[in-house]
Amino acid sequence: MKFALEEDRGGTEGGRRKQLVAHRLGRDERRVDSRTIYVGHRPSPTEVFIPPKFCDNRIVSSKYTVWNFLPKNLFEQFRRIANFYFLIIFLVQVIVDTPTSPVTSGLPLFFVITVTAIKQGYEDWLRHKADNEVNEYPVTVLEDGRRVRTESEKIKVGDVVEVDEDETFPCDLILLQSTRDDDTCFVTTASLDGESNHKDLESLNATMECEQPQPDLYKFVGRMYIYKTDQEPAIRSLGPENLLLKGATLKNTLKICGVAVYTGMETKMALNYQGKSQKRSAVEKSINAFLLVYLGILVSKALLCTILKYVWQSKPGQDEPWYNQKTEREKETNLYLKMFTDFLSFMVLFNFIIPVSMYVTVEMQKFLGSFFITWDRDFFDPEIQEGALVNTSDLNEELGQVEYVFTDKTGTLTQNNMEFIECCIDGVRYKYRDAVGTELDGFCATDGPVSKLHEKADKEREELFLRALCLCHTVQVKEPTGQDQTDCPMDPPDGLGLDGGRLPPPQEQRGFIASSPDEVALVKGAMRYGFTFLGLESKKMKIMNRNNDIEMYDLLHVLNFDPVRRRMSVIVRSKSGDTLLFCKGADSSIFPRVRQEEVDKIRVHVERNATEGYRTLCVAYKKLSSEEYDRADKGLREARLALQDREEKLTAVLQEEAAETMEALQGAGIKVWVLTGDKMETAKSTCYACRLFQRGTELLELTVRTLEDGARKREERLHELLLEYHRKAVQEAPPVKPGAGRGWSKANQDYGFIIDGATLSMVFNSPDSNSSRYQNLFLQICQNCTTVLCCRMAPLQKAQIVKMVKTSKGSPITLSIGDGANDVSMILEAHVGIGIKGKEGRQAVRNSDYAIPKLKHLKKLLLGHGHLYYVRIAHLVQYFFYKNLCFILPQFLYQFFCGYSQQHICVELLLDNATLYREIAKNAMLRWVPFLYWTVLGVFHGLLFFFGVRYLFGNPALQDNGQVFGNWSYGTIVFTVLVFTVTLKLALDTRHWTWINHFVIWGSLAFYVFFSFFWGGIIWPFLKQQRLYFVFANMLSSLSAWLVIILLILLSLLPDILLVRDAGESGEGGARSWARPLLMRTFSIEANTVV
Amino acid sequence: MMASGYNAKEEDGHTSGGPSNGGAAGGTVKSRKPDNTAFKQQRLPAWQPILTAGTVLPAFFVIGLIFIPIGIGLFVTSNNIKEFEIDYTGVENTSACYSCAQNFSWNSTVPCTCSMHFTLEQPFESNVFMYYGLSNFYQNHRRYVKSRDDSQLNGDPTSLANPSKECEPYRTIDQVGPIAPCGAIANSLFNDTLELSYLANGSKTPVALVKKGIAWWTDKHVKFRNPGGNGNLTAAFQGTSKPVNWRVPVYELDPMDPENNGFINEDFIVWMRTAALPTFRKLYRIIQKKADQTPTLASGHYVLDITYNYPVRSFDGRKRVILSTISWMGGKNPFLGIAYITVGSVCFFLAVVLFIIHHKYDSRNSSADIPN
Repeated sequence: MKFALEEDRGGTEGGRRKQLVAHRLGRDERRVDSRTIYVGHRPSPTEVFIPPKFCDNRIVSSKYTVWNFLPKNLFEQFRRIANFYFLIIFLVQVIVDTPTSPVTSGLPLFFVITVTAIKQGYEDWLRHKADNEVNEYPVTVLEDGRRVRTESEKIKVGDVVEVDEDETFPCDLILLQSTRDDDTCFVTTASLDGESNHKDLESLNATMECEQPQPDLYKFVGRMYIYKTDQEPAIRSLGPENLLLKGATLKNTLKICGVAVYTGMETKMALNYQGKSQKRSAVEKSINAFLLVYLGILVSKALLCTILKYVWQSKPGQDEPWYNQKTEREKETNLYLKMFTDFLSFMVLFNFIIPVSMYVTVEMQKFLGSFFITWDRDFFDPEIQEGALVNTSDLNEELGQVEYVFTDKTGTLTQNNMEFIECCIDGVRYKYRDAVGTELDGFCATDGPVSKLHEKADKEREELFLRALCLCHTVQVKEPTGQDQTDCPMDPPDGLGLDGGRLPPPQEQRGFIASSPDEVALVKGAMRYGFTFLGLESKKMKIMNRNNDIEMYDLLHVLNFDPVRRRMSVIVRSKSGDTLLFCKGADSSIFPRVRQEEVDKIRVHVERNATEGYRTLCVAYKKLSSEEYDRADKGLREARLALQDREEKLTAVLQEEAAETMEALQGAGIKVWVLTGDKMETAKSTCYACRLFQRGTELLELTVRTLEDGARKREERLHELLLEYHRKAVQEAPPVKPGAGRGWSKANQDYGFIIDGATLSMVFNSPDSNSSRYQNLFLQICQNCTTVLCCRMAPLQKAQIVKMVKTSKGSPITLSIGDGANDVSMILEAHVGIGIKGKEGRQAVRNSDYAIPKLKHLKKLLLGHGHLYYVRIAHLVQYFFYKNLCFILPQFLYQFFCGYSQQHICVELLLDNATLYREIAKNAMLRWVPFLYWTVLGVFHGLLFFFGVRYLFGNPALQDNGQVFGNWSYGTIVFTVLVFTVTLKLALDTRHWTWINHFVIWGSLAFYVFFSFFWGGIIWPFLKQQRLYFVFANMLSSLSAWLVIILLILLSLLPDILLVRDAGESGEGGARSWARPLLMRTFSIEANTVV
Repeated sequence: MMASGYNAKEEDGHTSGGPSNGGAAGGTVKSRKPDNTAFKQQRLPAWQPILTAGTVLPAFFVIGLIFIPIGIGLFVTSNNIKEFEIDYTGVENTSACYSCAQNFSWNSTVPCTCSMHFTLEQPFESNVFMYYGLSNFYQNHRRYVKSRDDSQLNGDPTSLANPSKECEPYRTIDQVGPIAPCGAIANSLFNDTLELSYLANGSKTPVALVKKGIAWWTDKHVKFRNPGGNGNLTAAFQGTSKPVNWRVPVYELDPMDPENNGFINEDFIVWMRTAALPTFRKLYRIIQKKADQTPTLASGHYVLDITYNYPVRSFDGRKRVILSTISWMGGKNPFLGIAYITVGSVCFFLAVVLFIIHHKYDSRNSSADIPN
């Protein structure tokens, strides 16, 4: 369409018609690339009115409806492998004759499914509610001159909608009319692109054709035909500046009228809304891996049992002794079918090795665990009155495993506040002094006291500089409401030359709204020196100078800041008729355009300031002759500026405790990469300030500057440098063992690596043969550096880097943290995305998995919560596998003693068991011990339990009255030992005994005893078999049973006590105390040992 | 507590474009600051038991010191138990029961009897318990274990008339009626009769065998009930059929004693408590200690008269009779004593080793004190 439009500009009226017709036809063929909108649904005189069909203005973000909820949700749930597996087991239990009742696996499965369904249903209900709220938002529609109040969802394309101040636009509108004189309006798009940017938009009066909806927020192409009676329609082109986006808010304007162009799901906002892709935690992946191992064990066990069963049966008299005849049906069954069902039965018998309860527990643990993050007071930020936010609970444990942190600089490492610190005009330095007074550094002292600085610099120059600051920006003045202006007379601003010590208090009541905070800082800085920007009225900029005179400038051109040119310019005409061009931007873009003799002086300042961590901007101006202006006006080309320039320094205030946080992260062995759009010097100094780069850090730079050193081609130089750095950082460095990789030894030379966006794209996009090799080299260098700084990054490059690390060898866990819309891609790409609830809107927060108010909270989030969650979940999972192995192994062994008939030991207690441990594991705490250890332990315990009781039952007369115990007693003893051992094992592993632990552990043991008594104490009328009737009580009446239980419990816990004791021994010197709170202790351990 | 968590969660994420006027400068009235409770801040007072040498070493010593005496006690007790076992399967042709075993037939109406002679070297002083033992008999086979109907055994008349499906193929007999008691377990009731006599001076003195008190009290009095009480069992079991392999119907298991007949016959109850392992023993009779000072079973010659009804040859089984005294720990079982002694010794040994190691470790770094 854009193409078509451009063509059309030069084309004839006839051409336009043809195209229009073509578009019509195109629509019929469903190949639509433009739409025609009839403003107010009035047919245009030249065309036949075909009521166009567009979607209504309903927003639907919900997933289910009442009708499709059940089938859709069930389908989604059973797509999970685990659920499906349990469903299959359940079905097998129902169909095949199995030793365990279907209830034992059906009930937990049903529970899981129900809970998940309820959770998802609730979330969807919330979405429905939110949708309804938006859809029923009252709006005013103009219909044939009448104002009609209606609901938002009823807006049709072509409706003329009226929006009042502070209202949000209900759909994408083309601005027709505004109450402001200059037919502009101000909107804030904070809820869209994240930047609290105030953009002004122009309005038109017409009827239009525009392109089909597309998600790009800043792209819009359309045409408008203004039909007047008996005239050829006038054509106006429409651009993004005419489009009011749904979701933006009207500001500073009483009322506007607009025509709806895109509605409902076709608005740009809706098109930009995409469901977050599900992130899966690595622990879940490893659970799945464990699961596969156990599935293998399960299948082989079942297979082994089936084979042995038939081997055993093949002996005469074994299969069907006279006392144990088969039924007719069993005899008739096909042998192979029988084998298969036997196999299935064994599978089902042993299926508890893969615990369905574990899934419930893990889910629950994660869900409840995430509350601890929201509950944490340390995350509460009084400034924004908000604490941390958890968008997903699936990734809690991932926080404890992060190996790479990718952080944004602006707003993340540094606060998004800018302060004007000092300026340098013609090489003379000025420094703003607070009332408090500042220390002057050596450099400044040589320049003389601040108050006398004006003597050095030309006063005229100085004022010009301040005027430039006042004029060269796109700042909007937040207009005070009516009387405010009269009530608050402005303080007479003192010039910085008038009185040395005293400067006026900055006029905080005057609000400035700008697209970037540095602009505000500059305008405020100028204000402190006496030049106040009063606002823009009808293309005239008003400035109040030191003498309280108001100067007016005609704003001729604004060339907005863009990241490619990295500068912005304005062309203004003063009252006296001089045409001035002011240009402001990064030094690298200004220096080439100013007179070389000036540059060197300034460059010293710029670089010195940059290394101190300040953001620097340069301002240049040129007086344009009328011819020059005409030329510039025509082509809007860059004129080579030939005047002096200045630079100013802004400090980007470091976020609270940023340095400590970064240091702690590095101490924990996490590699911190800074990905920023800032220039290298600034970013580098921030890194120094954050102690990411230490004094001893050797910096390896791979930037455009280093590439341009030699006379050779960039590619060659790149190749050379890469190899050199690779040799330095990778080959010469002592090989780091993978395990020790996290604990960075201080003895080694630290390397810091710096790369900029341009070079990075060279690395990524170099000719095919080299590309992968360069990437490899690059990655290896980066991985051997403590800190990597990537500056001048485009958002996409940030994501590219994250992706590169994520997919590198060993697939490390990555975390991205950022606050702005430009970080969203990187947040979405990383394993864990963290948004900072900073100033740059909430888009990062919305797309993140966790949101925290400040960077400093990252430390506790990772090192505290993350560590705890990870340890908990790891322990939980392994404990579950261990428990189930313990449980299943005696059953397996029992098969050898009961003719492989799938007799199980005692199943009724299982349900009881599953619910018990769910609670227990919640606060468990143990360091990561390999899966194998637990498995071996489980096997050991299982063998011990089984054979211990087996030998005891060598003589089943265990009571002092000579009576004998049967198989149910056998099972009960094994199970009792198992429950006690497994619970006490947990108790042994519990390092922190809160009352909850006490309650749960002792409570569950007591519950087990009580339950067993209760279960065995009654003849249950609804049960067919009273297998366990009084078995438990009888067991307790046998002293031998007591003795064997005690013995086995102790014996199985012996290795643990020994191991723990050893650990205690080695850790004795470490910082362990009784009284310290949980988290603090974790920190100290983390700091000392670095797991 | 939960609610606040939920609120914080919902607060964002679903706002599809509400007025996001950041300048609501009045400040949110309601503070969303999380509650400062110990639970939510994960600051619950915690007791951190840390197992150190100081706590573990004494524990090991104590365990060792307790376990070894217990083990010795158990071992001695087990050794003091007198046990005598005699196999009467009749596999070898020298065995007295060889012919009975060889010529066994389900259809024979005349029971085969045989007598085993044996000598007790030592007198059995206290109560003697007489067990029968079976080998290679899979009472724990799944098909077997579940082949019973507990409600029928509990005297439920409907289950009596219509036994559970689990009893198949021992559920009903065509044209006769439901089997009582149904199922494979009941069907295979051990029905050898064992009688013990003392041989003194050529005369045979029968030893009095008590057949009560061999089953669990709760089984006898709660779990197993006759239908319609213990009165007229013949009438109560009217219309049912005896298990196929039984020689007498259930109501004639002990016609002399109505308290030991039908489902509450103790031999039957003992059999119904299925054994855990394929080699097992079950209590058969008790020989009470006499009031006078003579031993329960004096040393000397005895004869065991067996009515050989129970075939085991088909599955390579063995039958045996065990005479045993009983201690507080039950029957003879050296395993527990040995296990206790072993574990106790290991603990003690470990304690000593660790003590030495710890002592050395401590003396080397005297500065590293134990904080706990």
